[in-house]
Amino acid sequence: MSLITKVENLRDIEREGLVLVLDVSPPMHAIVPEMQKICSMLAIKKLIFGKYDEVGLVVFGTAETRNELTKEVGGYQNVTVMRDIKVVDGDLVEVLQPLPQGSASGDFLDAIIVAMDMLIKKYGPTNKGKKRLCLITNAASPVKDPFEGTKEDQVNTIASQMKASGMKMNCVIVRTKQDLDVNKRIMEENDLLLSTFSSKSSCKTVYVESATSLLGALRTRNITPVTIYRGDFELSSKLKIKVWVYKKTCEEKFPTLKKYSNKAPLTDKFATHEIKVDHEYKNIKDQNRTVPPDQRIKGYRYGPQVVPISSAEWEAVKFKPEKGVKLLGFTDTANIMRHYYMKDVNIFIAEPGNKKAILAVSALARAMKETNKVAIIRCVWRQGQQNVVVGVLTPYISEKDNVADSFYFNVLPFAEDVREFQFPSFSNFPSSMQPNTQQQEAADKLVSALDLAPPNKEEGLRPEFTPNLVLERFYRFLELKSRHPDAAVPPLDETLSRIREIDPELLSQNKSIIDEFRGCFEIKENPKLKKSSRRIIREKPSGSNEDVDVKDPDPIECMSSSEKIGDQNPVKDFEAMMLRRDSPAWVDKAIQGMKNKILYLVEKPCEGDRYEKTLECLVALRKACIIEQEVKQFNDFLIHLYKLCQEKGLLSFCEYIAAQHISLISKKESADSDVTEDESMNFYVKTET
Amino acid sequence: MDIDPEDVFRDDEDDPDNEYYQEKYATKELCVYLIDASPKMFSTTCPSDNQKDISHFRVAISCIAQSLKTQIINRSYDEVAICFFNTREKKNLQDLNGVYVFNVADREDLDRPTARLIKEFDCIEENFIKDIGSKYGISPGSRDNSLYNALWVAQALLRKGSPKTTDKRMLLLTNEDDPFGNLKGATKIDMMRTTMQRAKDAQDLGISIELLPLSIPDEEFNVTLFYSDLLGLGGDELTQFKAFVSERFEDMKEQLRKRIFKKRKIRRISFLIADGISIEVDTYALIRPTNPGSITWLDSLTNLPLKIERSFICADTGALVEETPKKFQTYKNENVMFSEGEISEIKRVSTGQLRLMGFKPLSCLRDYYNLKPSTFIFPSDEEVIGSTCAFIALHRSMLRMKRFAVAFYGDSSHPQLVALVAQDEIISSSGQVEPPGMHMIYLPFADDVRDIEEINTDEDVPRAIDEQVMNASALVKRVDLKDFSVCQFANPGNSGNLLPVFVQKILGVKNLWNIFMWFR
Repeated sequence: MSLITKVENLRDIEREGLVLVLDVSPPMHAIVPEMQKICSMLAIKKLIFGKYDEVGLVVFGTAETRNELTKEVGGYQNVTVMRDIKVVDGDLVEVLQPLPQGSASGDFLDAIIVAMDMLIKKYGPTNKGKKRLCLITNAASPVKDPFEGTKEDQVNTIASQMKASGMKMNCVIVRTKQDLDVNKRIMEENDLLLSTFSSKSSCKTVYVESATSLLGALRTRNITPVTIYRGDFELSSKLKIKVWVYKKTCEEKFPTLKKYSNKAPLTDKFATHEIKVDHEYKNIKDQNRTVPPDQRIKGYRYGPQVVPISSAEWEAVKFKPEKGVKLLGFTDTANIMRHYYMKDVNIFIAEPGNKKAILAVSALARAMKETNKVAIIRCVWRQGQQNVVVGVLTPYISEKDNVADSFYFNVLPFAEDVREFQFPSFSNFPSSMQPNTQQQEAADKLVSALDLAPPNKEEGLRPEFTPNLVLERFYRFLELKSRHPDAAVPPLDETLSRIREIDPELLSQNKSIIDEFRGCFEIKENPKLKKSSRRIIREKPSGSNEDVDVKDPDPIECMSSSEKIGDQNPVKDFEAMMLRRDSPAWVDKAIQGMKNKILYLVEKPCEGDRYEKTLECLVALRKACIIEQEVKQFNDFLIHLYKLCQEKGLLSFCEYIAAQHISLISKKESADSDVTEDESMNFYVKTET
Repeated sequence: MDIDPEDVFRDDEDDPDNEYYQEKYATKELCVYLIDASPKMFSTTCPSDNQKDISHFRVAISCIAQSLKTQIINRSYDEVAICFFNTREKKNLQDLNGVYVFNVADREDLDRPTARLIKEFDCIEENFIKDIGSKYGISPGSRDNSLYNALWVAQALLRKGSPKTTDKRMLLLTNEDDPFGNLKGATKIDMMRTTMQRAKDAQDLGISIELLPLSIPDEEFNVTLFYSDLLGLGGDELTQFKAFVSERFEDMKEQLRKRIFKKRKIRRISFLIADGISIEVDTYALIRPTNPGSITWLDSLTNLPLKIERSFICADTGALVEETPKKFQTYKNENVMFSEGEISEIKRVSTGQLRLMGFKPLSCLRDYYNLKPSTFIFPSDEEVIGSTCAFIALHRSMLRMKRFAVAFYGDSSHPQLVALVAQDEIISSSGQVEPPGMHMIYLPFADDVRDIEEINTDEDVPRAIDEQVMNASALVKRVDLKDFSVCQFANPGNSGNLLPVFVQKILGVKNLWNIFMWFR
C-alpha cells in the first residue's frame, strides 16, 4: 500500500458516536449481568483504543420515562436516557454497573427512534458512517402500532432515514430457552421488522442463545479494515479481475504493557514513566568499543558457520518478485487438506463499485463451488516484498442479497515447511490397542451425543461468538485495578468458564453415554514405568531442557526416607513424621507434605485406585489435625481442595469423598473449630448450590 | 477508531521471537550414517525417470546428501557422521578393516554438517572406487567382520554427549538381507552371535539402530533372516516393519528420505475426554514455516560477531534502569501497574490439558477459522495404557460421522479453543503421505474475526447468472492442476535456499567465524 492511501485512511479516522440501546424489561433480567459485562468491555476498550469516541446510553422497559422526544412530542414511554452522547469516560463504566432492572414492557422501535434522535441532534449530517446504534434485546415484547400506516411502513421510514444520515446499527437478539416458549407470534413479527432493517440499511443482526455467546456477539473494539493489496487478480495474461484483499482473521493479541520507570520525581506531573530500550553493538574482544553502523555487516548462518554477506552481494542474488496476484491453476477441494493452512486468513473481494469485477468474482466463485474446486494462486502483495506466498482461494457464496460473493485466501506451506514424519498405521497396532465392537459403539455414541451444533439450536462455541477469555479477564482486571490498586486477580466467572470446560448441561443430558464410554475403556497408568521417570509437569515448553522430563519435580520426594512423604506408603511416612519430636517444625512439615501429596494425587491424569489412596491420606491428615489442634489448617485445605476439583473437572472425586463422609472438622469434634456440625454435614450440599 | 499499521504488513514480518515458531527441541540428535559400500550396492540398480539405471549406492548417497542440505538449514545443531563399510580402504580410530569414516577439513568425524562436507559428499561417487573402494568384508576363511566393525566404529563415534540430552541413532543403509550368507557352520553362528551382541551393547547404551533396507521387486529384503534379531524386533514391530520395495528410483529415494527424518514430538499432553477419562497424546509440528535464516551482525573488519547490549533507559530522566521494571497500562489517565505474577495469573485459566468440549459436523469448520499452522496429535500408551485404543475409537467415529472435536487447549501462555480434525492414513507408491491421527487447528475468538464481506453493502449487488457461471466453469476445467500437491514448491524467498549460492565464498573466506566454536 502506498503512503498516500495510508494517509487517506488516517484522515478518515474520526471519533465514533455510539448509542447503546439496552432492553431491561423483565424478561431480560436474567441476562442483564452479561449485557452489563459486554457494554463495560466496550467502554473499557474505548477508554484505551478510542479515547475520543462519544457514547450515549438508552435503556428501555423501565417504569419511568426520561427522554427528549417524550417532552417534545409525547409518547416514547418507558424509554430512559441514562447518559447523553459525550466523550467516553470512567463514568460510563460506572453507569453500567449496575444497570437498572425495568418493570415495563420494552418497545425496541421506540428506543431506536429515541437513540436516532440523540444522534441527529448531536451530529446533524456530519460524522457520516461513524454514527452507530447498538441494540441488545430479546425482541419478545410487542411493538406498538404507529399512529398512521403499518409497523412495516414505520420501519421502512426509519431505515431509510438511518441510511440517509449514515448511521449503522448492530442488533444483538438474545433468545434464551424460556423466550422460545412464549410470545411466538410477537417474536416472529419482530424478527420480520428487524430483517427489514438489515436489508434496507447498514444493520447487522445476530441472534444468540447463551450468555457466553452474548459476550462475543458485539465487536468491542473497532478496527478500521485496511487493504493489504489492491490490484489485478491475473487469471491469464488477458483475463484480469480487479480485487481488494483484506485480513479476514487477525489475532487480537494480549496488550503489550509498557515498562515502568519510577525515576522521575513525584512532583513531575508530566512524567511519562516509560522506559526506552537501547541497543549497543559492541566488539566481542574489546567490550568498550561500540561498532558504528557503517562498520557492521550482516552474517547469515549456514550450518555452524556465519557467512558475512554485504548488502550489495545480497542484492545481486536476492529474490525480487513483481507485485501481483497470479493464478497457478485449479485443483480438487479434497487435494488441499484443512491442516495445511498456515496463517491467519485473508479475504478477496471485487473492487467496490466495479460491477464487472463483482460479476467476475461471483461467476468464478460459483463455478468453483459447483465443480468442487479451489484455486491455487501466487501472491506478492506489494512492490519490494522479498517473498512470495502460495495459497489457496476457496469460494464464499453470499446468502444475502446485498452482500457480494468473495473468496477466502489461506497460505499453503512450501516444501521445506513440511516435516514428513512417518507414523505407524493404526491397523498395525496389536489387537489389544484396537477398539472392539462394543468400544467402537460407545465412541460412536459419544461423538454423536456430545453435539455442539444440534439442529434448530445455536451452534455452541462458534468462534465468531466466543470471547477471548484471557483478554476479557485482563480488561476486567484493569478496570478493577484502576479503582482498587491492590485487588487480586478474580477467578473466571461462570459465563467465561463455559469456554474452558464442557457445558454441565450437555454433560448431565448425556451422563449414561459418558458412563458407558468410561466403562468400556480401561485406561490406567503404565505400571512398568518407573515412578522417577514419570513426568509430572506437563507444561514443559518445547524449548526447555530434557532434564525436566526425567526429574521428579516434587521436592518432598527428594528428601531422605524419614523426612519425606513417599509414594509407596504416604500414610505411614506421614505418621512417622508427625511422631518425630526432635523439632516442632516436623508437624508443620508433615502437614504441608501431606497436603502436597494429596493435591498431587488428585491431579494425576488417570483414575485407577488413586481415589482410594487419596482418601486414606485425607483421613490420616484429618485425624492428625484434630490431635495436633490444627483444625483450621485441615478445614481450609478441604475447602481449597474442593474448589480445585470443581475448577479442574474432578467432580467424581468430590462425590467420592462426600460419599465417604469426609467433611470439615466440626466444633463437636474439636473445640478449635468454628464450624458447626450442621455446616460440616452440609458442606458438599451447600457448595454445590 | 483505531488503525493498527503494524497489522497491515504483519503478513510478511511474523514475529520471529514467537516461541511457537521457534523450532527448538528438547534434545540434540547425533546420527551416524552407516552406508554399505559392498559390490552388491553398486551392481543392483533401479530405473529412474530419465531412463537411466541408478545403483542402490547412488540412491543412498543422494538421499543422505539431500537430508544434509535440509539439516544444515533447519536443524544445524544436530551432528552427523558418515561411515562406509565393506570398503577396500580403512579409515577409523580403531583401525578396523573394511570401515571408512568420511570427513572433510575443519570438522570432527561426528560434528555439525558444514558447507564443505555437503560439497564434497555431493561428488563422492566420482572417486569412490579409486580412493575408498568397494570390497565385501565377510568371507569364508577370514575372521574379518565388516558389519561388526562398522557397528563398533559407529558406537565409538557416538560416545560423546549424555543420553539425557542427546538422541543417538545409527542409520544402516544396505541391500544385503543375509550378510553372513556366504559362511557356514560354527563360524557363521559365532560371527552372527558376536555381531548381534555388538548391536545389543550399543542399544543398551541408549543408541537406536535403524535399518533402511533397499531392495528390488523380485527379491524382497527378508528382514527375518538376520536383521530382525539384530534390531530386536518383536512380533508386532516385525509386522510393522516394511521394506522399501519399489521399482522407481524416485519412489525409493522418497521413501528413504522420509525415513531418515526422525520424528520429534513437541510435548506430551493429557487429553481429558470426560471427567475421569484422560488419555495421553503426543504433539508434533508437521508444518511450520522454516525460519527465514537468522542474521548475526558481524564487525566488517574482523568478521567477528558483535555483542548486542540491551539497556533500559528512563525516558523522563535518562537514567539507567537496573532492576526488572513493573509493567503498566495507561487507563483513564492513570498508570495501572501489573506485576509479572499478575500477568501470568490472568493467562492461567486452566491446567495444561486438552479438554474435550463436544463435537460438530465438519461443515462448521469454516475456511476462515485459522490463525497459525496446525499441530498433529498421535496417541501414546507409554504412560497411560489404553490411550491408543480410546483414541482410535474416537478417530474412527469422527471420520465416519464427518465430525470434528472442539477442545480447549489450556496452554499457559496461550490458552485457546482448537478443532481436532481426524485424518485417515493415506499411502501412495512413495510411502505414507498423510499419517493417521488428528490435526489440532487453532480457532479464532470473536475479536479475531472481521466482518469484511459486508463492508460494502449495496441494495443491488450484481450476481453471476447461470451462463456466466458456466463460462467460468469451463475456465476452471481448462486450468486444472491434476497432480497438485501442497508443498511442491521450494520457497524462493528463503535466505537459506539462497545461501548455497555463497558456498564457494564460504569455503574461500579465511577468517570465517564458527558460531559454535564460540559457545563450546
